[in-house]
Amino acid sequence: MLDTRIDDAFVEFEHVQKSYDGETLVVKDLNLSLPRGEFLTMLGPSGSGKTTCLMMLAGFETATFGDIRLGGVSINNIPPHKRGIGMVFQNYALFPHMTVAENLAFPLEVRKMGKSERDQKVKRALDMVQMGKFGGRRPAQLSGGQQQRIALARALVFEAELVLMDEPLGALDKQLREHMQFEIKRIADNLGITVVYVTHDQTEALTMSDRVAVFNDGRIQQLAPPDKLYEEPENSFVAQFIGENNTLEGVVKEISGDRCVVQLDGGEVIDAKPVNVTKPGERTKVSIRPERVEFKAERLSSEAHLLDAEVLEFIYMGDVFRTRLKVAGNEDFIMKCRNAPDQERLTPGEKIRIGWLAEDCRALDA
Amino acid sequence: MTDATMDRGSADSGPMRAADGTPLKRSLARSLRMQKIRALALVLPLLIFVLVTFLAPIFDMLFRSVENRIVEDTLPATVVALQDWNPDQDELPPEDVFRAVYFDLFLAAEAKKHTRLGTRLNYEMPGISSLFRGSGRAMDDVAKDQVEAIEDTDKKAWRDGAFWYSILGGDAGQAEIEEARSRFIALQGESARGPVGQSWCAVRGVLGAPCAVAPNRTDLKFGLSPEAMALLPRTSRQYAEFGVFAVLEDGDVLQEEDPWEAVYVAMALDLTDPAIAPRIASYTGPGAEQLQAAAAAVATLPAINFKDAMAAVDEEWLDPEVWRTIKVNSGRYTSGYFLNAADLKLGSDGVEVRPENERIYIMLFKRTLIMSLIITGTCIVLGYPVAWLLANLPSRRANLMMILVLLPFWTSLLVRTSAWKVMLQQHGVVNDTLVWLGIVGETGRLALINNQTGTIIAMTHILLPFMILPLYSVMQTIPPSYLRAAKSLGANDWTAFWRVYFPQSVPGIGAGSILVFILAIGYYITPELVGGTTGTFISNRIAYHISNSLNWGLAAALGTILLVAVLVLYWAYDRIVGIDNVKLGG
Repeated sequence: MLDTRIDDAFVEFEHVQKSYDGETLVVKDLNLSLPRGEFLTMLGPSGSGKTTCLMMLAGFETATFGDIRLGGVSINNIPPHKRGIGMVFQNYALFPHMTVAENLAFPLEVRKMGKSERDQKVKRALDMVQMGKFGGRRPAQLSGGQQQRIALARALVFEAELVLMDEPLGALDKQLREHMQFEIKRIADNLGITVVYVTHDQTEALTMSDRVAVFNDGRIQQLAPPDKLYEEPENSFVAQFIGENNTLEGVVKEISGDRCVVQLDGGEVIDAKPVNVTKPGERTKVSIRPERVEFKAERLSSEAHLLDAEVLEFIYMGDVFRTRLKVAGNEDFIMKCRNAPDQERLTPGEKIRIGWLAEDCRALDA
Repeated sequence: MTDATMDRGSADSGPMRAADGTPLKRSLARSLRMQKIRALALVLPLLIFVLVTFLAPIFDMLFRSVENRIVEDTLPATVVALQDWNPDQDELPPEDVFRAVYFDLFLAAEAKKHTRLGTRLNYEMPGISSLFRGSGRAMDDVAKDQVEAIEDTDKKAWRDGAFWYSILGGDAGQAEIEEARSRFIALQGESARGPVGQSWCAVRGVLGAPCAVAPNRTDLKFGLSPEAMALLPRTSRQYAEFGVFAVLEDGDVLQEEDPWEAVYVAMALDLTDPAIAPRIASYTGPGAEQLQAAAAAVATLPAINFKDAMAAVDEEWLDPEVWRTIKVNSGRYTSGYFLNAADLKLGSDGVEVRPENERIYIMLFKRTLIMSLIITGTCIVLGYPVAWLLANLPSRRANLMMILVLLPFWTSLLVRTSAWKVMLQQHGVVNDTLVWLGIVGETGRLALINNQTGTIIAMTHILLPFMILPLYSVMQTIPPSYLRAAKSLGANDWTAFWRVYFPQSVPGIGAGSILVFILAIGYYITPELVGGTTGTFISNRIAYHISNSLNWGLAAALGTILLVAVLVLYWAYDRIVGIDNVKLGG
């Protein structure tokens, strides 16, 4: 598996396994290290084990095997309330019978903090999320976005160094969600806190994180910064899961250094960058991002292999044109072009030739 | 937004208007009317059912707690005569009161309603019922000399109904007869049949199950003679009452009936009346000869003294307390039942506390209240953890537990209560186990049944589901993330529960407590079976008055107080906790 150890790790998972029923593993051998101040996102489809990892870190689930360390200390046997980890829940979990200010004061109260200090901290936390005037309201009197801010403030008010967020923006509408993404990122950066963020929304993961851990089937498939994750997926799951992706299947014909030739199942031959393939004869899935596909002759390299394509559908999306093509028997091949003044608008039925740079086309595991 | 309709709606200072210019409110009401009618139609059958079979009887029952027509209905003339008598002075009422009570009691005894009055007055003055029962039997013998004297003058004539009718009968006196009839109806405790009843009976007649003829609509087939009414007023009135009774009660024909003693007594009074005697002598109508002979015979006897006559029947009639009781309770409505229910009574100088040995209800009310509170408390203590478990277990096991919780509902209440008798008695399962374990000695077996402990244990068990179910349904709506959030914020298990979970479950506690408390406060069967004497509730007393002592007025008063107490507590609860905070579910 990937070696993700970091020397000055703040949060560490070491060979962590989790099983609920004693028959199947929900989390299989998880190894993960976070330095202080990192914003790490756990991204994956539902059932991939990401929330379980978060719950183990928070202390609401116990690891079946392995060690979880916080600041170098094993926390396996420390109850959740002594871990000092802030947490934002999916549905905010604001206590409905307390006012906003009481909600925020709660963690300070259970830490036996004096009233004046408490009030001061509550005020500061409320100001931080721009909710200074709402201290006297009940959570039910707030909108979803406001509740979200309060939940965030509550997780931060007792100055936790590590804050966990379990799909905190899932219940918000798109615009508010995007706004809150930046807000959360800004606050986290300002405070210098470490954040472990769970989401199944890849845009959210890409825009907010320092690093993203893509989960599937109880394992981390790839742990990398957003740009690397998007541009250099290490396996076909990641390539499929992150962003839009075109997949062509075929067999490796020859490999030389960072180039390989793949013969597609329809007989066409293309150039690709070998990532998960080592020798000729292996089956592979070739991944190419829609925006890296070119069809204009002047932008295609002369020595590259080109493919015949037929336009099936042209969709105007505002900033981009999305064109569905039939390529090498694949009728869901997508090409995206920027909506520039000189951009050509294709019509269905048109026959074109497409191509791409060999390094944009990654030959992954089958 | 410069839309024309918008302008019309909002720019005017007047009411909002719909597009066609009608006020928006009216337009809305019209559009909702059909819906409302449909909703009402769906509710209507149940509404009528509840009104007819539930609310109406309850209100009738509650009305009985103040209703007191029996004294006036049974002794109408006496009540009128007593109006001028001052009960505060330690004197007997005047002769005319005794005369009135004779005629009233005579009729009541004939109708066999005098014991009913005795029972009613016995609630106010213990012992008075035997006076009425005994006196009723002896009414026939009052002024026996006069009755016999009249009869002896011409046995054949006086024992002939037709002869009597020839003197007193005629085709007038409808007012007097109707008065006698309404008195008879009141005495019998029947109600006159109105137009609704009349049409209902018409329907029944068509269906082939006709009603009995209503007393107020029966043709009496007799009248009074105007001459006799002028000459013998008392006799005519008594004759009318006799006539009504004979026709309606016995189904006889007045013209064939020899009247009862009261008519003779009334005639003796008339014949000896100094204002009437001279007119008898000059009377030439039917039966003049016999009347004159009777007048002569009665004149030889001493005048009737009703006070002495009643005293001869029962010495107690000379006790002013009897008359005081009749007068104090002669109103159509009485506070007597309510005072009784509060261990008070109406004395001659206002409300007074009953003697120590008659006080019971305040103590019973207090006991009912306190024990219901204890039962509610034990239900909360025992039910809360179970409800918590139900709400937090995986659904399969929660369902199994729910069946266990509901199991008592599927068993007869009597069986459950009787099972507790087996469990708790001196040599029952619990005591045997304790003795076997050596916790109590053979001689120190615990008294767990036929006392308050028994009632509390059995009723807690029986009412527990009513606490668990609302608690469970409220707890189910509390997401587990609240507890997690509290813990992640640094609260330990207890603080998280007490500060976060518990406050949110309070509405469930409220709903459960109201249910359990209101059920407990009116519970009857269980306290009756396991409560012994110290563990019974007010409802057991109510049941006793309904079915044993037949003092329905008192039972109704106790029930009304219970109802009011529950409403007051409900109101107080609403003020303190707020009824919005009561949830029976999500």
